[in-house]
Amino acid sequence: MNYVTDRKRAAGSGSGRQGTHHHWQMMMTSMLLVIAVPAFLITLGIGFSEDHDAVMAYFARPVPALVTGLSLIVIVIHTMRETHAAIEDYVHGVAEKILLVVVTAFSYTLIAIGLFALAKMAL
Amino acid sequence: MADVNRGARPLSPHLQVYRPQWTSMSSILVRLTGIGCLLLMPLVVIWLLTASSSETGFARAHGLLSSWVGSLVVLGGVWALTYHMLGRLRHVIWDFGFLVDVPVSEKMAYGMVVAATLVTVIVALFQFGVIQ
Repeated sequence: MNYVTDRKRAAGSGSGRQGTHHHWQMMMTSMLLVIAVPAFLITLGIGFSEDHDAVMAYFARPVPALVTGLSLIVIVIHTMRETHAAIEDYVHGVAEKILLVVVTAFSYTLIAIGLFALAKMAL
Repeated sequence: MADVNRGARPLSPHLQVYRPQWTSMSSILVRLTGIGCLLLMPLVVIWLLTASSSETGFARAHGLLSSWVGSLVVLGGVWALTYHMLGRLRHVIWDFGFLVDVPVSEKMAYGMVVAATLVTVIVALFQFGVIQ
């Protein structure tokens, strides 16, 4: 038995006040996906070829390189947050924290590799 | 009284109790396709990286992606990405306060599945050279 009121017990252990911020971020990337996903599919679809020189020449052009880079960033950041939310719902404690870090590191590594490859072909 | 039965309260009925419905299943699928897209993204990034660095590496990566299994995985990714985008668009529409009732939500769920499948079929037609 712990003789404190419910109000006092809850104080300090509740929301980190990040929920509305996270929700708005998800709404923003969700709206951006409506542009980014078609752009990503069409640009990569056109550039997808077994001819190595053709692929290099395609991504050396500014529009394919920029569209691929931007849509890659939007899609990876969005799906990273989507995965964060799933982890927060179903995994708890130390495992939750480690998984969140792993997913974050994985996502930013994907972006870094993608942008590096695009920059190398574009320059 | 506030301490009675703390932490051992009965949980509300969960997934395994409910009959699958379009509303719940389409929502769960949005989350699964989101995670799936992140897990498949290395395929795209590795294809780009090999293209930028070595001819033999690119040939291997491209061969993997355009193999029989690779093509199916790519098509699965296309379906997941399109479905997820549409499912998230549904969330944005709901968030703005429109179409928030079950019959319309179910219709949007059918629409998400049909549209994602249509896009995947079109990509497959290009992929297998039916359309040039």
